[in-house]
Amino acid sequence: MAKMMYRDAVVTTIAEEMERDANVVVLGEDVVGGMGTAGGPEAIGGIWSTSTGLFGKFGKDRVIDTPISESAIVGAANGLALAGKRPVAELMFADFIGVSLDQLWNQMGKFRYMFGGKTKCPAVIRMAYGAGYNAAAQHSQAVHQILTGMPGLKVVMPSTPADVKGLLRQAIRDDDPVIFLEHKALYGMTGEVPDDPDFTIPFGHARLARAGEDVTIVSSGLLLGFCEQAADRLAADGIGCDVIDLRTASPLDEEAILDSVEVTGRLVVVDEAPPRCGLAADICSLVANKAFASLKAPPQAVTPPHTPVPFARELESAYLPSVDKIEAAVRKLMAWR
Amino acid sequence: MQLSREALLGAYRQMKVIREFEERLHTEIQTGEIAGFTHLYCGQEAVAVGVCEHLDTSDKIVSTHRGHGHCLAKGCDLDGMMKEIWGSREGLCKGKGGSMHIADVDQGMLGANGIVGGGAPIAVGAALAAKLDGAGKVSIAFSGDGACNQGTTFEAMNMAVVTQAPCIFVFENNHYSEHTGVDYAVGTQKDIASRAEAFGMKVWRADGTDFFAVHDTMREVLDYVRAGNGPAAVEFDTERFFGHFEGDPQRYRGPGEIDRLRATRDCLSKFRDSVTAAKLLDGADLDAVDAEVMNAIEAAVTAARAAERPTADDVLADVYIAY
Repeated sequence: MAKMMYRDAVVTTIAEEMERDANVVVLGEDVVGGMGTAGGPEAIGGIWSTSTGLFGKFGKDRVIDTPISESAIVGAANGLALAGKRPVAELMFADFIGVSLDQLWNQMGKFRYMFGGKTKCPAVIRMAYGAGYNAAAQHSQAVHQILTGMPGLKVVMPSTPADVKGLLRQAIRDDDPVIFLEHKALYGMTGEVPDDPDFTIPFGHARLARAGEDVTIVSSGLLLGFCEQAADRLAADGIGCDVIDLRTASPLDEEAILDSVEVTGRLVVVDEAPPRCGLAADICSLVANKAFASLKAPPQAVTPPHTPVPFARELESAYLPSVDKIEAAVRKLMAWR
Repeated sequence: MQLSREALLGAYRQMKVIREFEERLHTEIQTGEIAGFTHLYCGQEAVAVGVCEHLDTSDKIVSTHRGHGHCLAKGCDLDGMMKEIWGSREGLCKGKGGSMHIADVDQGMLGANGIVGGGAPIAVGAALAAKLDGAGKVSIAFSGDGACNQGTTFEAMNMAVVTQAPCIFVFENNHYSEHTGVDYAVGTQKDIASRAEAFGMKVWRADGTDFFAVHDTMREVLDYVRAGNGPAAVEFDTERFFGHFEGDPQRYRGPGEIDRLRATRDCLSKFRDSVTAAKLLDGADLDAVDAEVMNAIEAAVTAARAAERPTADDVLADVYIAY
């Protein structure tokens, strides 16, 4: 096991997969950084440092620095994938999906189905998402609810460096399009990472981050850590929480959620996307439909309010679900009736 | 015009297959047997065939929602195409794609596309893949005059130039984007090729109703791109004989316009006249091809009618998970 930052887990996994498979190519805005400038290539290696060093190692045909053209980036990833390559494209900020939506929605996710199962589209689209950087409404959004709503796309949201390794490797080796969502507030997080060059985590398998018998807390990404902190506080009062890290928003590990709720009878879903038509509402509905008899209290969703992400520190903190809010939701359920 | 007799017959046959495939669809759609939207390529056959005759299966093409001609010219199976348009589970895409989404990657045909302008970025990706493979292969983005106004096409052209991708943007200007004329919708009021030129590409222009003009121009374009000079663009001036979609009453056409186009700008008649005048083929040679094609189309329709229908269970096939 090596200790590694979340961002380094990204770049080392990509490098290892590029080393292993000549079909893996990287493309995106500034993935080389400095192209066409006096500073020259690799003056900067990607704004998140998630592609640093790849250009020097693999060259311009496999590390393709693109203009700011999100549709062309995702579209080129589609074409590369249909032509037998394994593109790993970077969209920089998840908020920019809007600029490339057709290629994500009407093309990538639909090829295999529309073409009668005879076509693969092994493309990975990486993007940094989420609040916590005071980057305001157009650079802070959690977009997984939109992408999960599109049949054909797999949506991955790692919450630890180890999960970045296992899930990104799985994504690159997967024959379907995968949206790989990296939380920008986690890039500096350090954690143990398995050394096995074939370590993968299959999609649709949640991780039990804390075990407890009173309440099931479901989350992912940045907020998973908040849930763990809340669970630790609650444990001091003798309240046991099962904290489930979904890892993938699609496919969804329904079984892990339902099995846990059948024991605890109480559900809190903590999600960074807006409340309407989102993952939290989806999971509450799943539990209401399939584990109603086990419920001791109504499922609770802890999400931001239905507003754009605000800028000021105080406002952004108020916007994001907090450890306090998660703790309060659990206590509310424990006090039910 | 230096084609062998076999090549001439082959090109004519391919154009005739597309023409009769589409004319037959036009008839069959009236019977209600074919569901959904169908956009006919009739009139533009010389472009698809003149371009694709130069390609093999490892060259890729990306098509439009008027894609039947490109698919057939690129080698997609006639019966499989007909069955797909009929919605059969024996169709090229098992009845999941229909007219607008036919693909056959094994033939280098990366899909028709239901989204105007959706294809060009995909073609750039396929061209980047070809560049990686380094075997002088190319990727072709077929786009209409409508798609030339989409930002995706602009993004794709710029990215192809920046990355020196062996991508050829083939613009088929049939003068109508849906129901709107090119003189109105293309702001340069001039041509599409000049736009591509502005992105830094070498461009060609030719009469898209003249098979030999298309074929010869494409040979030059392909020689240039296969030699590693980066992307290129070519604009073919062509004609669309039917409406935007089947059922379009075409009230935007001028009086007698379609009759005039069919009389003067029909690529099949022009091919016939040209090869017989030059005594390369005679009328009997071409009539024999016509008869053979009519039989093949008849057989494809019969097979499509008799082909197995999909069932409700097939809805869940070929998605990674069914919720």
